[in-house]
Amino acid sequence: MTETIVIAELSKGEISITTNELVSAANLLGTNCTIVVPCADSTIADKAGKISGVSKVIAAKSTVFSNYDAAAWAEAIDSVAPAGIVVTAASAQSKDLAARLAARRSISVIQDVIAIEGGNLSTPIYSGKAIQNVSVSGNSVISVRANVFAPAEDSGNCEVQVIDTTGNVTTALKEMVQRASERLDVSEANIIISGGRGMGTPANFTHLEEIADKLGAAVGASRAAVDTWDEIPHSMQVGQTGKTVNPNLYIAVGISGAIQHLAGMRSSKYIVAINKDADAPIFQHADYGIVATWEDALPVLSSSLANLMA
Amino acid sequence: MVNIAVLVKQVPDTNSKIQISGDRVDLSSVKMDISPYDEFAVENALLHKESSGGTVTAITVGSAGADKVLKGVKALGVDNIVRLDYDGFMDSNGLQSILAEEITAGGYDIVYCGKSAADTGAGSTGPGIAERLGWGSVSNATEVKFADGLTVSYPTEGGDAIVSVNLPAVVSCDKGSIKVRKSNVKGIMMAKRAQVDVKAVSPPSPSVTVVSQVMPPAKPAGKKFEGGSSAQTVAQLLRDEANII
Ligand SMILES: Cc1cc2nc3c(=O)[nH]c(=O)nc-3n(C[C@H](O)[C@H](O)[C@H](O)COP(=O)(O)OP(=O)(O)OC[C@H]3O[C@@H](n4cnc5c(N)ncnc54)[C@H](O)[C@@H]3O)c2cc1C
Ligand SMILES: Nc1ncnc2c1ncn2[C@@H]1O[C@H](COP(=O)(O)O)[C@@H](O)[C@H]1O
Repeated sequence: MTETIVIAELSKGEISITTNELVSAANLLGTNCTIVVPCADSTIADKAGKISGVSKVIAAKSTVFSNYDAAAWAEAIDSVAPAGIVVTAASAQSKDLAARLAARRSISVIQDVIAIEGGNLSTPIYSGKAIQNVSVSGNSVISVRANVFAPAEDSGNCEVQVIDTTGNVTTALKEMVQRASERLDVSEANIIISGGRGMGTPANFTHLEEIADKLGAAVGASRAAVDTWDEIPHSMQVGQTGKTVNPNLYIAVGISGAIQHLAGMRSSKYIVAINKDADAPIFQHADYGIVATWEDALPVLSSSLANLMA
Repeated sequence: MVNIAVLVKQVPDTNSKIQISGDRVDLSSVKMDISPYDEFAVENALLHKESSGGTVTAITVGSAGADKVLKGVKALGVDNIVRLDYDGFMDSNGLQSILAEEITAGGYDIVYCGKSAADTGAGSTGPGIAERLGWGSVSNATEVKFADGLTVSYPTEGGDAIVSVNLPAVVSCDKGSIKVRKSNVKGIMMAKRAQVDVKAVSPPSPSVTVVSQVMPPAKPAGKKFEGGSSAQTVAQLLRDEANII
C-alpha cells in the first residue's frame, strides 16, 4: 500500500486534536504514516511524536512558517514530505495549502473528505445537497473535514526528526488586525449558536453570547441577520456565501432554514432549532426542535445548561 | 496597463433542488447561473481595471451552455470572453493544467477567481493555478485595494491578515463589503452580439474517477417539542443522548 503523509494542523501555534483525526484517516488510506509539522520552533512537534499509528515525525523548521504564505509553505513542506498520499485538514488555510501541494506535484486534490470506504472518498457537492464518491489512482492530496474520524490516541512514542527548510515568500504581511471580540470564530468552534432575523434586533444577540460563553461556543448568524444589521459582521455568516461549519452541535435560533443556510451547517453532528413557526424548514433538519419564541426558550436553555454544567 | 483575467464558472442556481437519477446528479431541469463568488471576482477585476487601466478577459471551462455566463459578465463591462471547450468531469489536475496553459498564453498579470465554486465547494483552482505558474496567491480575499500595489485582506485564526501582493498573482475572492454591479440594457444588448472566443483543449488523462453521486444519508427524524419550557428537556438530551454537554 501507499505511504501516507499527514500535514499537522496547528491552532494558536500548537498541534491541534484535528491532527489525530488526520492520522486516523491516513491509516485508512495507506501505511507508514509520516507527520510533517510546519514550524518555526521545532519543539511544538514533540506532541506529534505522541500520536499512535505514526511511523515518522518530521519537524519542517523554517522562518517561513511564522506567517502564512501559500507559495512558501507549499515549497517548504514539499521539500521534506515523501511521495505518497498527503492528508491535510479542511480548514480554509489547509485547503489552500492542499491545493498548492497537489499542483506542485502535478497530482489531483480532493477537498473536504467526509468518508473513506473501500478505497473510495466521499465529498459533499452542491453545498452538501449531494455526495460524490470518487476513486483515485496513484497519489493525491486530500483534505479531511474535522469531526469525521475518531482521533488517534496519544499513546505513541515516535522520534522527531528536525529538518531545516525554506521557501520563497510571495506575499508580505503588512498588518494583522485582531478580531475585536475575544470570541471564537465559527470556523474554529465545536459548538455554534446562531441567530437569524427572528432575533428582532442585533442587541438581542447578547442572549446568544451568554449561552455561547457557558458552552465555549462561537456565535454565528444567518445572511438575513448580517445583511439587515451592521452590527453583525459577515465573518459570522454561516451558509452558501458565508462559512461552512461542521461542529458537534449547532443551535439555530430564529433562523428559518433556507437552503443556502443549510448549505453551511447541515453536516453538523447535532442540530437544535428554536423557532416560533412549527412549519419552519429548519425543523426538518433538527435533531431537537423547540417550537417557541426565543424570548421563551433561551432563558430556560440558559438556566438548564447552567444547572447541568454546575 | 494591467492584463487581467477572471475565471467564471456556470453552476446550478443555489436555490435549485438537486436530484439524482441512477447514480448521477441530474441537472437537466436545473437553472444554471454564475457561481456566487465569481461575481465578486468579476467585480474586483473590473475595479482593478478602472483603477489601473488595462483589459479584463473572462475565461470559463465548459460546454456551449456556459456561453450564457460569459455574456452575462460581458454585459457588466468585461472586455473579452473566452471559453475552453470541454464537456464533462475533469479532475483538479486536468482543469488547472489547461487553465494555467491558457493564462500563460494570454500573458496575464493577475487572475481573479471565486474562493470556491458552488458545485465542487473545493477552493482548489486559484491556489492550484498559482502554484503551476510559480505565482503568489491569496485565497478567501475579502478586500482588495489597488492604490500603491495590490493589498489584500483575508480572515485568519484570530483576525484579518492584510498582505501586499506582488504581481503576477492569483486572488481567490470571498464576499467582502463590495457590492457587485448590475448590468444595464445597453450592456446586455452589446453582450448579445459579442463573440465568444472558443478554444479546444486537451487535458491530461484524469487520475480521479467519479464512482457515484448519491443523496446525503437521510437524518433520522428529530424530536420536536412545544413551548419554551421544553428547552430544559433538550438541554438534558444534549447531555444524556448526544453526550455533548
Ligand atoms: C445566492 C444566495 C446566497 C445566500 N447565502 C446565504 C448564506 O450564506 N447564509 C444564509 O443564512 N442565507 C443565505 N442566503 C439567504 C437565504 O436564502 C435566506 O434568505 C436567509 O437564510 C434567511 O435568514 P433567516 O432565516 O435569518 O430569516 P427569515 O427567513 O426571515 O427567518 C426568520 C425566522 O425567525 C423565526 N422567528 C421570528 N421571530 C421569532 C422569535 N421571536 N422567536 C423564534 N423564532 C422567530 C421565523 O419564524 C422565521 O422562521 C442566500 C441567498 C442567496 C440567493
Ligand atoms: N470550469 C471552470 N471554468 C472557469 N473557472 C472555474 C472552473 N472551475 C473553477 N473555476 C474557478 O475557480 C474557482 C474555485 O473553484 P473550485 O476550485 O472548483 O472550488 C471558481 O469560483 C471559479 O472562479
